[in-house]
Amino acid sequence: MAYDKFNILTSTAVPLPIENVDTDQIIPARFLKATERVGFGDNLFRDWRYNHDNTPKADFVLNDPTYSGKILVGGKNFGSGSSREHAAWAVYDYGFRCVVSSFFADIFKNNCLNIGVLPVQVSAEFLEKIYAAIFADPSTQLEINLPEQTITLLPTGEKESFDISVYKKDNMTNGFDDIDYLQSMKTEIEEFATHLPL
Amino acid sequence: MSKTLFDKVWDKHVVRKIEGGPDVLFIDRHLIHEVTSPVAFLGLKSRGATVLYPNRTFATADHNTPTINQHLPVSDPLSANQLKALETNSAEYGISHWGLGHQKNGIVHVVGPEYGITQPGSTIVCGDSHTSTHGAFGAIAFGIGTSEVEMVLAAQCIMQQKPKSMRINITGSLGYGVTPKDVALFIISKLTTSGATGYFVEYAGEVFEKMSMEGRMTVCNLSIEMGARGGMIAPDQTTYEYVAGREFTPKAEAWDKAMAYWLTLKTDADAVFDKEYTFDGSSIEPMITYGTNPGMGMGISNAIPDAEQVEGGVATYEKSLNYMGFHEGDSMIGKPVDYVFVGSCTNGRIEDFRAFTSLIKGKHKADNVTAWLVPGSHIVEAQIKEEGLLDILTEAGFTLRQPGCSACLAMNDDKVPAGKYAVSTSNRNFEGRQGPGARTMLASPLVAAAAAITGKVTDPRTLLQEKELV
Ligand code: SF4
Repeated sequence: MAYDKFNILTSTAVPLPIENVDTDQIIPARFLKATERVGFGDNLFRDWRYNHDNTPKADFVLNDPTYSGKILVGGKNFGSGSSREHAAWAVYDYGFRCVVSSFFADIFKNNCLNIGVLPVQVSAEFLEKIYAAIFADPSTQLEINLPEQTITLLPTGEKESFDISVYKKDNMTNGFDDIDYLQSMKTEIEEFATHLPL
Repeated sequence: MSKTLFDKVWDKHVVRKIEGGPDVLFIDRHLIHEVTSPVAFLGLKSRGATVLYPNRTFATADHNTPTINQHLPVSDPLSANQLKALETNSAEYGISHWGLGHQKNGIVHVVGPEYGITQPGSTIVCGDSHTSTHGAFGAIAFGIGTSEVEMVLAAQCIMQQKPKSMRINITGSLGYGVTPKDVALFIISKLTTSGATGYFVEYAGEVFEKMSMEGRMTVCNLSIEMGARGGMIAPDQTTYEYVAGREFTPKAEAWDKAMAYWLTLKTDADAVFDKEYTFDGSSIEPMITYGTNPGMGMGISNAIPDAEQVEGGVATYEKSLNYMGFHEGDSMIGKPVDYVFVGSCTNGRIEDFRAFTSLIKGKHKADNVTAWLVPGSHIVEAQIKEEGLLDILTEAGFTLRQPGCSACLAMNDDKVPAGKYAVSTSNRNFEGRQGPGARTMLASPLVAAAAAITGKVTDPRTLLQEKELV
């Protein structure tokens, strides 16, 4: 599915300083019943965000007007658990284009990269700095520079670089996906398949 | 250069290496189900693409399906809609479809091995993270997202960075009452839920060599719970005996050719892993989890650790214990149990029902417990009946449900009510996993059986003699 190209993102950020945020929290299983990709943003963090009677929980950060922006800052081991891409869709559809954490679960990270959400892994120290800055001043802006592979706390200019493969970076800056690439090598794949042992 | 088992299988499947990027990996077998495939098919359509090898993909309905009255129409319109989409998409693209009511229907990771779709040395993916189950056969098997499902349908390949390698050795033998599930929960409690992120694990050592295929599947199934992309065990005689003669396994000459390949699937003696752990099998106790991730597990006779003793932030730890209604230092023995769930792709195989039955035999279900016993497939269901297990279960006050994922992720009606405690043989104790507000304790079928008849958390070893175990 096509997504918006990613280049340089400057935005305020939403802090969620919880570790091991699993995909069942990001999008509970009962919201996986759609046969189309619609409405997932509404159910992002559903059970942390809403009470059983669907009234918003005032103490959850997404319901707190103090914090907003296109960047979600999560605790260590973000996105553990299920392979449901719906979790990444929910993050994207809600309006986030980037998730920052000190550690990501593998499949979630892959899913994000495939649908246009940039996972930015920073050191534990830098993560603490980001939280401190946002809590001190929620209007704090972060700059995510994909071509340069850097994340900068704009008020102080402190920055860190992050990893991403050249291939994925290329995809994200152009809004391409893997299927476009694979389809271009169809003959090679078919030829390869004839030599497999199984 | 010496290679690991993982290297051997991986390298055989690399179609192309992309400079500064992932490898293009050929996928031998693709399993799909109703929840993570509909959007992939939509994507395929909107691109005007088709399925490259329909005979390499197999569809089964499991996540959403009811586990009683499967002959009736599915009442939830959204679930019914997903089941219908799987059926229509499979038909349109010529994919084998084992829908609800089909004799081969069951949990995707239970039926794959049963029909011989799972083979040593193959690459297997599915839009479900517990695809790691199939690693028990010496296959590279892992869960993928929906974009990747679309990718495999369109091109039979996916793009993957080769993960790092880890070996986990368990030496010696297991004590009585200690099952493969306990081994897995033990490992995860040692490594934490992110301890193997970025790695592909090989399990080795005597404990796994002696383990049945069912047990190996349970262990490999849980690899993802320590963050690993997957886990695998080198194929051996136990493996070949299991796969021989199944519907989709190679026959005659093809079998000989496959066997020649399979016999090469061992880690070379001097191969080096990026990380290696060794544990003593005899030190493992029956395990139970007390928190809201599978890494929060402990020997059943221990006390819940203090926040300082565990990795991670104190706030996260306290949030977790609060959710469970437990406190640091509590003993787990004697904790109340309202629900018992035996099933899922982790522990929904025949051996699990044999273990459960061996403990409840001649006893009676506790009145305060609601028990859901859900076989992983129709084959398992039939075996339970043929082996006389159903009679023992019935005698003890239990009923058997029909195959499906059920309370593992509670997408159907099998939901544990808010605040209630469940001892579950499934794989995740995340907040709300078994229903909003549900409190899950993960354990083996034996610990589940002990809970089911005493109505509280009980060490199964206090209820049965070593000789009574199957
Ligand atoms: S039983 Fe649970 S983990 Fe296994 S396939 Fe079904 S939902 Fe996934």
